[in-house]
Amino acid sequence: MIRLEKRPTPSRFWVAATPLIAVVLTMIAGGIMFAILGKNPFDAIRIIFWDPLFDPNMSAYSRPQLLVKAAPLILIAIGLSLGFRAGIWNIGAEGQYIIGAICGAAVGLAFYPAAGWYIFPLMVIAGALGGFLWAMIPAMLRTFFNTSEILVSLLLVYVAQALLAAMALGRLRNPEGGGFPGSRNLAQYPAASNPELFAGTGIHWGVVAAFIAVIAAYVMLQRHILGFNIKLTGQAPRAARFSGVSPVALVLICMGTSGALAGLAGMFEVAGPSGKISIDFASGYGFTAIIVAFLGRLNPIGILLAGLLMALTYIGGELAQFMLGLPKASIQAFQGMLLFFLLALDLLSNYRPRLVKREGA
Amino acid sequence: MVANSDVTFAISPGEVHALLGENGAGKSTLVKMIYGLVRPDSGRMLLRGAPYQPAKPSEARQKGVAMVFQHFSLFEALNVAENVALGMENPPSMRELAERIRAVSQEYGLPLDPAKLVGDLSAGERQRVEIIRCLLQDPKLLIMDEPTSVLTPQEVDILFQTLRQLSAEGTAILYISHKLEEIRTLCDEATILRRGKVVATCTPRERTAREMAELMVGQVLTPPARARKPPGPVALEVTGLSVSSPNPFGTALKNIAFTLRQGEVLGIAGVAGNGQDELLLALSGEILSPESCVRLAGKPVGRMGPNARRALGLVAAPEERLGHAAAPDMSLTENALLSGYVRKGFLKNGFIGWAAVDSFAQAIVTAFDVRTPGTHVAARALSGGNLQKFVIGREILQDPSVIIVNQPTWGVDAAAAAAIRQALLDLAAKGAAVVAISQDLDELLEISDSFAALNEGRLTAPRSAQGLTVDEIGLMMGGAHGMDVAHSHHDAQGART
Repeated sequence: MIRLEKRPTPSRFWVAATPLIAVVLTMIAGGIMFAILGKNPFDAIRIIFWDPLFDPNMSAYSRPQLLVKAAPLILIAIGLSLGFRAGIWNIGAEGQYIIGAICGAAVGLAFYPAAGWYIFPLMVIAGALGGFLWAMIPAMLRTFFNTSEILVSLLLVYVAQALLAAMALGRLRNPEGGGFPGSRNLAQYPAASNPELFAGTGIHWGVVAAFIAVIAAYVMLQRHILGFNIKLTGQAPRAARFSGVSPVALVLICMGTSGALAGLAGMFEVAGPSGKISIDFASGYGFTAIIVAFLGRLNPIGILLAGLLMALTYIGGELAQFMLGLPKASIQAFQGMLLFFLLALDLLSNYRPRLVKREGA
Repeated sequence: MVANSDVTFAISPGEVHALLGENGAGKSTLVKMIYGLVRPDSGRMLLRGAPYQPAKPSEARQKGVAMVFQHFSLFEALNVAENVALGMENPPSMRELAERIRAVSQEYGLPLDPAKLVGDLSAGERQRVEIIRCLLQDPKLLIMDEPTSVLTPQEVDILFQTLRQLSAEGTAILYISHKLEEIRTLCDEATILRRGKVVATCTPRERTAREMAELMVGQVLTPPARARKPPGPVALEVTGLSVSSPNPFGTALKNIAFTLRQGEVLGIAGVAGNGQDELLLALSGEILSPESCVRLAGKPVGRMGPNARRALGLVAAPEERLGHAAAPDMSLTENALLSGYVRKGFLKNGFIGWAAVDSFAQAIVTAFDVRTPGTHVAARALSGGNLQKFVIGREILQDPSVIIVNQPTWGVDAAAAAAIRQALLDLAAKGAAVVAISQDLDELLEISDSFAALNEGRLTAPRSAQGLTVDEIGLMMGGAHGMDVAHSHHDAQGART
């Protein structure tokens, strides 16, 4: 019989090793799944993890895509991780991402076709503010009416999606678009666009913002009292009260920050890689970022790596879909396995498995 | 880890035998072996001459060994008879069982209504359920683990009468406690354990409490000493403080009032759950109250949170160490920051000076003899007593003007408890006002200048601790919770209300 014993202090080795082991186990289990689907598992794993980066034919397109896809994931996940550490569950980053994009795009389009250096910064502010305000709805409802921020923030995603469709079909629709849904293409409006900063790298302002967010979050969690209060609230809420942390302020700060960062991610996306507000603008970054946050152990550096890994499975997964004809669902299952193994192995950092002889009954 | 080694002792029918020792001395492990919860690695036990090695508690019960645990194992949503039935192998019908419960409770002077819900009973009444559950099995050996920690002095008297009656009928009683005066009044023989070994046996009536304490600790204890000074100006003033509890099962505070001068120690007694936690929260700033209900050196602070009050000199050490006073998974250094940053100035623009925090943590560890491999260790890895020393030390070393402590020496060994009390008295001698909330009356009488008791959220008017008797304290704590009636035919004790 195997018994789990709680470790007196969490094992540093397992905290660091579990993500790597989880990736290896995912490759094995995923390989078995691909084999059952009748594909060569080694080809599939190679196409997902290796070819996007190193295949001479693919990498020219795939490598910049890595940062383009990773940036919003990292930006959103950093914000979410702060709340998750404090036990504040913002599940609605997707909605905040959409609202950020709508607000950012609306400000940019309002100035069309004027040129001016101030337009893009204003869009950045509008995007962050939009996400912030959208996140304030569940935050306020939680602090004043004790509602569950999990449900409210999640349901607001669907409101945001409906709003997105309404905008794409209504107020923000391109007047010169021949009646098709969707806004003007911001990528073709220089004063409001978020271009690739260095050709062939995929680096745009959103990537820069993601890196800044990683560093700022790291410094805050290590050295600032706000980071300490966030960790304290998550680990021991009563001790946090004793320490003098205001739970209300912390909910507002964490929800607000995660909302603002998600809004920023949406704004950079709409002004850059996506280019316009359209009905299918939302692509699930807000939800995937939850996985990224946990995969990165709610640690900023971990989230940076997890965001890159998750982006890789996206790009590699798409590649595997058209190279091998793998169904999209199998790629999603593959990503799900990653989270599953990670959470399962997580147990080992706090518990030690031990074989015990069964006592004679 | 060896909890017990080579323990030998004997107990004869009708004897009340005390098992004495500090926390961690191995008392619990020893009785768990007798009750069949733990199996000994070597050695043997004889019960009435026959070899006895129970594999599980039900076997122990079958052979006539019963145990009343320190923590009750009762279901609040069930009534008394149902709870008793749950502990039986072959419970009789409910009607028959209720009859037997009534009979036993009459016989031993433990009034109990079998149809009452356990959730509605006081701690003393709940203990009676456990005792009656044991008595129904007609035990030959009754083990009682720290039975008086939840009782008022009057309830203790009544319990002792019941135990004496049992011993007169030939039941052997193994009585575990670290309350020495109780053992001196009740027990015939005592076995003293230290670090798992028997270090002495004695007849408690022939020894003083101090002698037994020194046998327990293995060193000479000095009682706390203090330089008495005339009290200074008012440090803390509480008037008309009524707040509801943040906990749905908590006790609301009702119209609490007291005044505390600099250099004064106010001892607040009371049975657990009478508003102690809430009082600490309301004073520390975790529960807010109308502004003028709490005044610190004349300044109204009722609306201020814990950090604003700390800045003005008020610190607190809550009872619950893990999870309230300290974050279990955080290191001692991080826990030193937790309540220390305001007064120790660890922050610059919100950024933490970790080096200074760590040297503060080191200072606490040194000054209060906290046994730990280092300050990087998680709080949950420390033993309860060591963590308590750290928590109290953290507050004392902040040089407060008012300190509130709840159960400052709970679960701490005698030597460390003496050190903590001394540190509180030293702080008072330097001019700080101390509020000590505790269930340990001896402790309160030792350190307090004035004395009050909490009972169902109300605080009695504080009075001078000098010349106060235990009986008077018991009355302040709310008497015997209606236990008197049943014993009225035994003696005059019951005349009190």
